[in-house]
Amino acid sequence: MESIKDKVAIIGMGCTEFGERWDKGPYELIVESCFEAFEDAGIEAKDIQAAWFASLVSGSTGSRLSNALKLEYIPITRVENFCSGGLHALANACYAVASGTCDIALACGVEKLKDRATGFGIAGPEPIDSSKVMPETPPANMFAEIAIRYFHDRGWDIEEGKRILAQVSVKSHHNGTLSPKAHLRREITVEDVLKAPMLIHPLGLYDCCGISDGSAAAIVVRADMAKDFRDDYVLVKAFGFNSGAGQATLQDDYDFLHIQENIEAANFAYRQAGIKNPRKEIDLAQVHDCFSIHELMLYEELGFSPKGKAREDVEAGTFALDGDLPVNTDGGLKCFGHPLSASGLRMTYEIYKQLQDKAGPRQVKNCRLGLAHNAGGVIGSLNAAVSIYGRRD
Amino acid sequence: MVGIISCGCYIPFWRLSRAAIRDGLRGEKAIAGADEDSITMAVAAALDCLGGTDRQEVDGIFLATTTPPYKEKLGAGIVATAADLRRDIITADFTDSLRAGTIALRAAIDAVKSGSAKQVMVVAADCRLGAPGSSWELSCGDGAVAFLIGDSEDVIAEVTGSYSLSDEIMDIWRSEEDRFIRSAEGRFVSTEGYSRVCGEAVTGLMKRFSLGKEDFTKTLFGIPEPRAQVALARTLGFDTKTQLQDSLSLEVGETGAAYALMLLAAALEDAKKGDVFLLLSYGNGADAMALAITGSMENKRKISGIKGYLNSKEIIDDYTIYAKWRGLLPVERPPRPFGITAPPALWRERERNLRLYGVKCDVCGTIQYPPQSVCTKCHNRDQFEKIRLSDRKGNLFTYSIDHTTWALVMPIITAIVNFEGGGRIECLMSDVEAAKVKTDMPVAMSFRKMDFREGTTIYSWKCIPLRE
Repeated sequence: MESIKDKVAIIGMGCTEFGERWDKGPYELIVESCFEAFEDAGIEAKDIQAAWFASLVSGSTGSRLSNALKLEYIPITRVENFCSGGLHALANACYAVASGTCDIALACGVEKLKDRATGFGIAGPEPIDSSKVMPETPPANMFAEIAIRYFHDRGWDIEEGKRILAQVSVKSHHNGTLSPKAHLRREITVEDVLKAPMLIHPLGLYDCCGISDGSAAAIVVRADMAKDFRDDYVLVKAFGFNSGAGQATLQDDYDFLHIQENIEAANFAYRQAGIKNPRKEIDLAQVHDCFSIHELMLYEELGFSPKGKAREDVEAGTFALDGDLPVNTDGGLKCFGHPLSASGLRMTYEIYKQLQDKAGPRQVKNCRLGLAHNAGGVIGSLNAAVSIYGRRD
Repeated sequence: MVGIISCGCYIPFWRLSRAAIRDGLRGEKAIAGADEDSITMAVAAALDCLGGTDRQEVDGIFLATTTPPYKEKLGAGIVATAADLRRDIITADFTDSLRAGTIALRAAIDAVKSGSAKQVMVVAADCRLGAPGSSWELSCGDGAVAFLIGDSEDVIAEVTGSYSLSDEIMDIWRSEEDRFIRSAEGRFVSTEGYSRVCGEAVTGLMKRFSLGKEDFTKTLFGIPEPRAQVALARTLGFDTKTQLQDSLSLEVGETGAAYALMLLAAALEDAKKGDVFLLLSYGNGADAMALAITGSMENKRKISGIKGYLNSKEIIDDYTIYAKWRGLLPVERPPRPFGITAPPALWRERERNLRLYGVKCDVCGTIQYPPQSVCTKCHNRDQFEKIRLSDRKGNLFTYSIDHTTWALVMPIITAIVNFEGGGRIECLMSDVEAAKVKTDMPVAMSFRKMDFREGTTIYSWKCIPLRE
């Protein structure tokens, strides 16, 4: 099996402001992110030879993208993997240019959630349970179940557990204040988190990411072509994808203390990138903090904290902007909100800007290697995606 | 000897304080939860009745109720499926009459005596609605009861005589358009209904079978009005202190087609061999029966009978909760649809949803729910045996309490349950206050109404705290 490492370069990216974009439709969001990417790469729409388009609720075929951008008669495929469609679209574009079947490819994710009550506005993904006897409850329930078991296992009462999770959200909200494109841009305190309304016990308002509109896009070429477009291109170091097979709910010994899909995806990506010690080698990470408990678990699952020691790292400030390994430097899903298929590309956008030293007040010093983790679904049926990007040199 | 070989009952966990309906009133009434109806309560009683007996032996099930979920569609079939009975059995609904329970009982005894079936289960359940503020709202309660009728040396009770009387009268009724019970003036119903007709039925029974009032240990008067029960006993010369079965009116209420049979279930709990009961049920006439107690209920029950259920309860003091559960207050539909109704899918997945079948892998032994084609552990294809999970206890591995998703009952509690003996299910939890949910608490499975949409009641299983 070959590695994708150093075969593909990102030469341009775009990202809309995320938020309640009442006056913009999905096409306009697509145009906003993609034209920023074209301009960033110094190319025009007609230079794109193939595209992958990710959307769950705002466009059901590839031609939605060509309609928006007026891409003329090129192959476009829609990619859908629930909350992780963005990274999967990017990976498809990268695999295509790596194979040599096209030279310049576009990946774009968009979601116009605010046109729909409750965001997703649909009865969940295509039925696994085709008779639909179980009500569709939001994915937050599964993460709440994990949090309950996680607290139980560690002997934390709800108050103590919530206090630890709160620190994750406080950190992300701080970073969000430094992100002009974020939806929620204000500082919060641990007390704010603890006093906030309970949504899905034990997760309160500030343990959950927002629901936003947004789009993000990336343009990729073969690495050997990249210097023709720019000097500070970013190299793809690895992709790791992993889908659960229902183990968490089918097997009564699955412990709900970890999500194996995340671990497998990370390990695959680390092998591709040749990373032995992620804590030391990764300089910053954007992870799928749909709920604060997920970010806490990911510290361990991605190998940033030793098993069972995420709490200590949270309390030591390891993942803060000025910590050893800054995580969700742009505020994460917590502050950007989560327009499902756009999120993976939004994470990539932040790492891309960081690796180019263009992250402004959020800039992480001397960063050379960044990781994005995106995930769609629920424990046992998660589609986990890990990507690693590095500087050219 | 043909008679009752097993008995089960069900009283919902929730009780509405009568003071919540009208200030100063004593007692409470049992109310079905928002996810319960006559079918789900019938299933609970049927399962209680089947505990300790072989389900494969049951040749028929008669469902008695005046509140079936469908005007056109068999209710007994849903109960039979959820109770995981055989398919080659007689299934019939006895409905439209408060006497439906005793009519079904008599029909079941006749069926077994005639040899057309070896064992027939009679299950009666009701969930009637009195108009807000009416005396019917105060007096009606919800509950279910089940009797297994069979021919055995080991019967608990034998019906030694039956006397039925038909009487055409507009006393208590609901037309096709009525949600609430209608009734004629109380004095009329009491005089020309309860008193005259019940009196005739009891004297008719005693005359036909040469019985005197001293022959009965207990009278069980299934008349929808407790005072009428006492009045009848007095008129007929019974000792109301020793011979009249408690009416359950302060704890449960009058449970429609299930009422007389629930009185019988309660009386059987204290019965001794040799006792003789006079069972009466009223409704456009009356059924009177003499029952000889021939055995004991001991060791024949899975849960804890009427007495046990009376103690297992949570009292609701807020009338608006009850009003929402019964649709007396408008409640928004969820912004997030609960799902589509696909009859082919409901049919295809009926064993999983209604019988609560999981599978056990023939190769590695892993129990899995829902049923799979490929084993989650050893990956062998289609080498499974079906395994019923509805009667397994479990523990609450983990849970969430969802305050955001629409539901008649907020919050929704989601659960991951690990079954004793293996297997795990992801389901909802019912009959519990959110503050009392604890990791690893013991639970049982309970058949519930999941949703009502497009004219279809969607049934499946939830977990509930173990009621013991």
